[in-house]
Amino acid sequence: MSGFAIEIENLTKEYPFGFLHLKKKTSLEGLNMQVEMGEVFGFIGPNGAGKSTTIKLLMRLIFPTAGSARILGRPISDVEMHKDIGYLPEQPYFYDYLTAAEVLDYFARFHDLRAGDRKERVERMLKKVGLETARKIQLRKYSKGMLQRVGLAQAILHDPKLVILDEPMSGLDPVGRREVRDIILELKREGKTVMFSTHILSDAEALCDRVGVIVGGKLRGVGAPGQLVDMKTQGMEILFALTGASDEPLLAKAMKTGEYYRLQVAEGELYVAIEQLRGTGARILSVTQVKATLEEFFMNLVEADRAQAAAVEVSGK
Amino acid sequence: MKRVGIVALNTFREAVRDRVLYNLVFFALLMMLAAVVVGQISIGIEESVIVSLGLSAISVIGLLISVFIGVALVSKEMEKRTLYALLAKPVRRWEFLLGKFGGLVLTLAVNTAAMAAGLFLVMLYVKHSLQREDAVVLVAVYFIWLKLALIVALALMFSCFTTPLLAILFTAGLYIVGLYVQELRNLPVDVMSPATAAFTKWLSYLLPNFENFNVMAMAAHGRAVPGTLILQNTLYVVIYCAIVLTGAAAVFSRKNLK
Ligand SMILES: Nc1ncnc2c1ncn2[C@@H]1O[C@H](COP(=O)(O)OP(=O)(O)OP(=O)(O)O)[C@@H](O)[C@H]1O
Ligand SMILES: [Mg+2]
Repeated sequence: MSGFAIEIENLTKEYPFGFLHLKKKTSLEGLNMQVEMGEVFGFIGPNGAGKSTTIKLLMRLIFPTAGSARILGRPISDVEMHKDIGYLPEQPYFYDYLTAAEVLDYFARFHDLRAGDRKERVERMLKKVGLETARKIQLRKYSKGMLQRVGLAQAILHDPKLVILDEPMSGLDPVGRREVRDIILELKREGKTVMFSTHILSDAEALCDRVGVIVGGKLRGVGAPGQLVDMKTQGMEILFALTGASDEPLLAKAMKTGEYYRLQVAEGELYVAIEQLRGTGARILSVTQVKATLEEFFMNLVEADRAQAAAVEVSGK
Repeated sequence: MKRVGIVALNTFREAVRDRVLYNLVFFALLMMLAAVVVGQISIGIEESVIVSLGLSAISVIGLLISVFIGVALVSKEMEKRTLYALLAKPVRRWEFLLGKFGGLVLTLAVNTAAMAAGLFLVMLYVKHSLQREDAVVLVAVYFIWLKLALIVALALMFSCFTTPLLAILFTAGLYIVGLYVQELRNLPVDVMSPATAAFTKWLSYLLPNFENFNVMAMAAHGRAVPGTLILQNTLYVVIYCAIVLTGAAAVFSRKNLK
C-alpha cells in the first residue's frame, strides 16, 4: 500500500466567543499531519486538546477557519468519498425509536447494498459487537456502552477502507475494550486504515503503528510509539528478595512492594550494585531495562503546556 | 434522490413511533360528538356545520403538527447529535434536509387523508348519502395539506437560523400575518409616501399568502372551487417551498454542528 489515507494541511479552527463574537478561541492551530494507507494511527492528547475538533473537521461536521484536508486522495468536501470511510462519533447517539438492527439497516441503505446483502451484514455486525441478544430492543433502552457498540458497528458495516474512531474504548467494560482492540487489529489485517483518538496510552502503544500527540490544539509529535519517546535506556531495575536483615546503605534506595524490592541504578553501576546486593544475601529475581513510556512523554508535554499557559497568564496577556 | 427517500421514510417511521398519529383518536372523538349533537338540532344546516367544524379541526391539528414537528425535524437531530453518524454516510446535507421535509409532508398527507375519511363518514351519517358537490370538501382538504407543506418548509428554514423556541414563534407569526396579506395589498396606497407604498407592495408579495387556501365557506355550502385556483395554489406552494427550502439548505450546509 502506498499513498496517504489522510492528508491534513494547515488545518485551523477558531471559535468566536464573547460580546459580538469578537474574541476567538483557537481549538486547532495549523495542523499538518498524514496518516498512511494501511496503518493504525493513534491520536492522543489531553481533554480539550483538539482531537475531536480535528476529526469533526475531517467529517465536515464543522468547517475550518483555514487549511484543508484530503481523505483517500479526495477533498473532504466530496461526499461520495464517504462510501469508503466509516466514522464513530464521540459519545454516539442514534435514533432512540429504532432498534439496533433497524438503525444499522437504515445506515446500510445509504450504501447501495441489496436487501439480502444488507440483512446479512447487519446480522454479522451485531454479532461482532456483541449485540445479538439486544437486537430487538429500542435504543432508548440501551446503556452507554451498548450505544458505543452500535456506533462501532455502523462505522464498519459497509466494509470501509478507512475507519475513523473518536474514542472507541470510552464507556466500554474490559471485555468490550478487548473486543475493540481485536476489531482494530482485524481491520489492520484486512489492509484497512484506522485512525482513532484515545486517552488510554497503553492501547495506543499496543495497537498503533504511529501516534500523533496533540496538546492545546498543536501537534507536538508524530511517530512510532517507541520512536517518539526517548529510547535511551534510563537505567536498570533490579528486582530482588531479602533473606535476612542487612544494613547495606544501598537498600535504603530500594522500594518495597509486597515481599519484593525494586532498585533502580544507572547502567554503568549495575555490576557494582549486584555485588553489593550479593553481600547482603539478597536473592536477585530479575534485571530489566527501564525505558521512558509514552505516558511519560505525554505527561512531560502536558506539564510543559500547563507551565507555559500559567506563565502567559502571569505576564498578563 | 434515493437518499432523500430513505431519510423521508425514516422520518415517517419516527412520526409513527412517536405516536404523532394518535391525534386521529382525538379527531374521531370530536367528530362523533359533533355528529350526535348536530343530529339533535337538525334544521337543515347539519351538513355545513359538520363540514366547517371538520375542516377547522383538520386545519388546526395539522397546523400544530407542522409547526412543532417541523421546527424539531432538524434541530432535534442537531441537539441529540443523531446527525453525526448519518452525515458521515454518503449523504449531502441538502438531501438530508429535503428528506426530513418530505417525511413530514408525507406524514401530514396520511394524517390529513385519514381525517378527511373520518369527515366523510360523519357527513354520510348525518345526510345518509353523498352528492357530487361534496367533492369540494376534498379540494378544501387538499388546500389545507398544501398550506401545511408550506408551513413545514417555513418552520424548517427558521429552525436552521435560530433556536427552536424562536423558530416556533416566527413560523406561527408568519402564518398569522399570511392570513391577512390581502389586506396589506388593499391598503390605500395614495395616502402613503411612494417609498412606503412600494415597500408595502413588495412585502405583500414576499410574505406567504395563506388566504387563497381557505375555501371552507365554499365547501360548507357545496359550491365548486374553480380549477384555476387549484392549479394556482399548487404551483404557488411548490415554488414557494422550493425557494424557502433552498434558503434553508444554503444555511444548513454551512452550519457548524456543535
Ligand atoms: N462549539 C464549540 N464552541 C467553542 N469552543 C469549542 C467548541 N467545540 C470545542 N471547543 C473547544 O475546542 C477545544 C478542543 O475540543 P475537542 O473536543 O476537540 O477536544 P478533545 O481533544 O476531543 O477532548 P476530549 O478528550 O475531552 O474529548 C476545547 O478547548 C473546547 O473547549
Ligand atoms: Mg474528544
